[in-house]
Formats: sequence, C-alpha cells, structure tokens
Amino acid sequence: MFRRLQADAPSATIFFGDQAIPCQAGDSVAAALLAAGIERFRSTPVSGADRMPYCMIGNCFDCLVEIDGQADRQACLVPVVDGMRVRPQEGTGRFDTP
Amino acid sequence: MTVKARETCELAIVGGGPAGLAAATLAAELGVEAVLFDEQPTPGGQVYRNVEATCRRQDDLPAFLGADYRGGLALVERFRASAAAYEPMSAIWQVTAGGKLGVSQRGEAYLTQARRVILATGAMERPFPIPGWTLPGVMGAGAVQTLMKASGLVPDRPTVIAGSGPLIYLVAYQLMQAGAPLQAIVDTSAQPLIRSAFAALPHLSGAAGELFKGLTWIAALKAKRIPMLAGRNLVAEGTSRVEAVSFEADGRRQRLATSLLLLHEGVIPNIQITTSLRCRHEWDPAQMAWRPATDEWGATSLDPIAIAGDGAAIRGAKAAVPLGRLAALDAACRLGHIAEGERDERAAPERAALARQHNFRSFLDRLYRPIESVRPLDDATIACRCEEVTAGDLRELIDDGFTDLNQLKSFSRCGMGQCQGRMCSNTVGRVLAERLGTGMAEVGHYRLRLPVKPLPIEQLALLKNADRNSKPILPVVAGDPSQRI
Ligand SMILES: Cc1cc2nc3c(=O)[nH]c(=O)nc-3n(C[C@H](O)[C@@H](O)[C@H](O)COP(=O)(O)OP(=O)(O)OC[C@H]3O[C@@H](n4cnc5c(N)ncnc54)[C@H](O)[C@@H]3O)c2cc1C
Ligand code: FES
Repeated sequence: MFRRLQADAPSATIFFGDQAIPCQAGDSVAAALLAAGIERFRSTPVSGADRMPYCMIGNCFDCLVEIDGQADRQACLVPVVDGMRVRPQEGTGRFDTP
Repeated sequence: MTVKARETCELAIVGGGPAGLAAATLAAELGVEAVLFDEQPTPGGQVYRNVEATCRRQDDLPAFLGADYRGGLALVERFRASAAAYEPMSAIWQVTAGGKLGVSQRGEAYLTQARRVILATGAMERPFPIPGWTLPGVMGAGAVQTLMKASGLVPDRPTVIAGSGPLIYLVAYQLMQAGAPLQAIVDTSAQPLIRSAFAALPHLSGAAGELFKGLTWIAALKAKRIPMLAGRNLVAEGTSRVEAVSFEADGRRQRLATSLLLLHEGVIPNIQITTSLRCRHEWDPAQMAWRPATDEWGATSLDPIAIAGDGAAIRGAKAAVPLGRLAALDAACRLGHIAEGERDERAAPERAALARQHNFRSFLDRLYRPIESVRPLDDATIACRCEEVTAGDLRELIDDGFTDLNQLKSFSRCGMGQCQGRMCSNTVGRVLAERLGTGMAEVGHYRLRLPVKPLPIEQLALLKNADRNSKPILPVVAGDPSQRI
C-alpha cells in the first residue's frame, strides 16, 4: 500500500513472524511493516477484528504488536533495532516470561 | 543499556515541536537550566517531524514537503546550538502538580523533579468516527503525512482524502507532488474555500500569504485534474479492509472504490497530561475541542505548570514559536533569571507575532467547522475503537439512566481500553450531550489516569530512583486492566 520514495540499501532487518523485513534509518516498526505491505498488526480483544495503524503518533493504539516477547508495544513509536522480533498482537496479547 | 537518571532539573519542557524547541532555546539563553524531553528520536514535533534527516536526503522528498517544512530546520539548529539539554526517546508518563515527571527512556523509568514545567505536547488529529473507520486501509491524513516525513513512504494504491481543514489540501498537494495515485478529495466543509477566501481577504492583516499558499495548493490539484467533490455522511465500506468510500453529494449517494481512505477534520489539543493533572479545562466552541485554561504566558491553574503551542489551543506551527518563547520568558522570570520588566519588554515582539496569526486562525476556525465529526452518529458507528462500543450501545445506556460521563464510561467500557479514552472522549461526550439536549461544556470530559503513556510494569517495579519511603506514585487498582499498562 506504500512505497519508499528512495530505495536505499536496508540499514537493519527485523522479523515479523518468520518474514524478514528490510528497514531504513529512521523507520518506526510501524513504518517498516507498512512499507513491507503488512496491514494486519493486531486483532481486537472484543470482536477479533483486524487493525492497522490509524494515527501514527501514539494516540489510537491500533498499531499494538508484540516486540521481543513484550505485548502492548506501540509500533508507531518504537524505532527499529536490527534483529527485532515482532509478532501481531492477538486480542490482549501474550506475555513471554523472560 | 543503562540510562542516566536526571534527579532534578530547573525547567523541564515536554515536547520537541516548534513550541518546545523555541521555549528550550530561549530559556537556555536566559541562563535557565532547561531540559527538553520528547518521545521521538529526533527534534521537530509533528509539523517538522524528522526535518534534519529529511533535509539531508538526496531525493526530492524535501522539495515535495515544501519550504514551510524545510523552514523548521533553522529552529532545530538553533535548539541544537543552545545550552538546553535534550532527552530524545523519552516518553513522559506522569507529571504531578508538584512538578515531578515520570520519564521512560530506552526501557527504563525514572523520576525527575522540576522546578517548573512547560508542556509543549501539541495536538492530535480530531477523532473522526464514521461507519467503517476502524477498517484496515482507513488512516488519518496526518498519519500518512507522518509516514512521508519520517520514512519517505507514499501511498502506491488509489487514495481518497476526505474531510476538511487546511491540512487535507496540504497533504493532498504533498502526496500529488510525490506521485501518489490520488483519486479524489471529498471536502466536507460547508463553504468552498475560494468563495470564503475572497470575503475574508481584507481582514487577514499580514497573513494573506498563508491564505495564498492554500489557494496555490488547490490550483495545483485542479491543474492535475484531481477531482474535488463536496460530500457529507461519509461511510467507509468493506468487510475485512476498506474497499470503498461512499458519501452524499447533490442529494444522492456516490461511491468511490479505493484502497486507502484518509480522514481528517482538523486537529485538537492533546490534553492527556493536563487532564490527568486536573488543570482547569474549558470547552472551546469555535474549535469544538477541550483545552486547558491558560493565561497570557501559558501558565495553567497549577503553579509550576505552563503550556505552550497547540496543546493549549490550536493556533498553528507559526504561532507555536512565539507561544513557546512567552512561556520561556515567564519561566525565566519566575525562576529568578530575569526581572518582570525585562520579561514584559521581551514579550512585546512575541505578542505582535501572535497577533499576526490571530485573524487567520479565526478565519480557518470559521471556515473549517468539523461538520462531519460532530453530526449525530448512526447507531452502528463505533465510538470507542478499543472496546468496540457503538453509538447505539451508548444511547441505550443513556436511556437506562447512565447520564454522567464517568458513569457511562464504567458501564460501557468506552475509554477503559488501551487508548484510555484518547480516541473516544469527545465522541462519548457528544452522544451524551445530544441525548440529554445539553452542551459539551455541561457533560465534561474524561480524566486520563496515570500513567498517561503505556509503561511495562517491570519498568515501574525497577524505577531507578523511587523514594521508597514515599507513597506509591500510581494508584494501583486491583484487577483494572489499564494497570497492566
Ligand atoms: C499528525 C499531524 C501532522 C501535522 N502536520 C502539520 C503540517 O504539516 N503543517 C502544519 O502547519 N501543521 C501540522 N500539524 C498541526 C500541528 O499541531 C502544528 O501546528 C505544530 O506541530 C504544533 O506544534 P507544537 O510544538 O505545539 O506541537 P508538536 O509539533 O505536535 O510537538 C509535540 C511533541 O511532543 C511530543 N510529546 C507529546 N506527548 C509526549 C509525552 N507524553 N512524552 C514525551 N513527548 C511527548 C511529541 O512526540 C511531539 O514531538 C500537524 C498535526 C498533527 C497531529
Ligand atoms: S498508530 Fe496510533 S498509536 Fe500507533
């Protein structure tokens, strides 16, 4: 749904499930996922409906994903870090014990 | 990674947009030990998001975003050159009435005691509830503009922009320049800009240039034959994602198949911290939004707390700079760095700069009344995105006697989800006011609970410098899901 205006060599790679996502400097997790064509970030706890980022500035919480085992992370506010493991957040999310 | 906790600071500024940058720069020049906290990795706020890196790019993105955007670089450079300290990637999750800030930085939390606080947390896009607005493929127009500024992303599928406000034409123009497949603009405002513009021109004293800019965007969109339609009663259609937008125009319903629907009806102050602080707020009928009450320096009803920029009322990026400087002058005076006489003298040019913006802003407020996002909602429209509560659910509860906003919140769960009511407070208030036949000022607003930003519980438990003898800073409510944070 989005394309990058300038296709530089990726500066980092994160993983969405098993899918490797190339990232560029300055990307939030949400921007990197959207650039890779991912639309389904989470499902809601009430009806299980799919959601995608809506506001991109930290207000709507529709971008919630699990990052490195931690649920409830706002993908639009978290800058990418090489090797990050991201999963969609299903319902209220899972919490892995570290 | 270990974060260095700042135990104290003389002046804490929250937010690195034009208001916060201007406030921090001037305060530091006046000898105040100023620290600017911002949750973003780089300075600029929403309007000048990522401006340093964007201006270094070799492609045409800086040109697509325009001279106003690039102009933010000078503000950032002055801030970088000043003695003000900068704490990026630092979300402020609490501010107390005594000026104690909770900071969350790279996975660690700490508390810092400030003698004075300037909140420069800016605005958010007005929540725009229409049927289907939760479907993937529906986003804020400002959200897509943020993707463009921060990551150089532009839509590559058919895109419709719907709503009103100057930002829709700016975003449309920027996207068109960047080659995005813009299908149409559906304008929901009552009067077309061009006609109102000519009527207003004589009253715009000094800001006619701003109006002219708006007209050039529209002319450029027209030249590219981007359809500009007037429409009402928007509906986002689709089952698992948006497939079309429909609207009423010329008395009949029209439908445009689309992949991306961008909604926008202006911006409203971000009042999360100020409502959690219980500062006095007032309903602004011209801007259709709640705003914290402030005096001519931005000071609130609580002694150490001031507000600068769009967080106090929507006045725009150009006004945010003098507003930030006024708050800094007052802080420097209260903190004993300058005398009242010097404060007042230095304030005069800032007030003159504000006056130049004033008439233009009132014109924009009159022109762009948020008609769509304040009309009565259809029963099926989702009011609360988190708990998926519809306007119909709310009306039933109201008819059952839940006529107090906070009561309605507890029983409907509207405002109890992850966003803590950021996206639904005004909508719930509006449904209540409409049902009771009263006004927004009478029904009130939600009060955000602490922490105002999600904070993993481990960070709180390991709070770096908590005073073990003092009361817990957060009210811990057993079984309250918001406490999972
Ligand atoms: C998405 C969006 C896009 C916009 N684009 C434009 C535009 O292109 N042109 C234009 O003229 N106007 C634009 N505006 C309007 C905007 O309100 C500007 O007038 C201007 O950005 C306001 O400046 P400010 O300094 O008051 O706040 P902002 O520029 O909004 O800056 C506020 C800063 O505070 C930070 N912040 C907020 N809460 C916290 C917290 N709890 N902890 C730490 N940091 C926090 C934010 O990250 C942000 O960096 C936009 C608004 C939005 C919401
Ligand atoms: S997209 Fe709205 S909070 Fe992240």
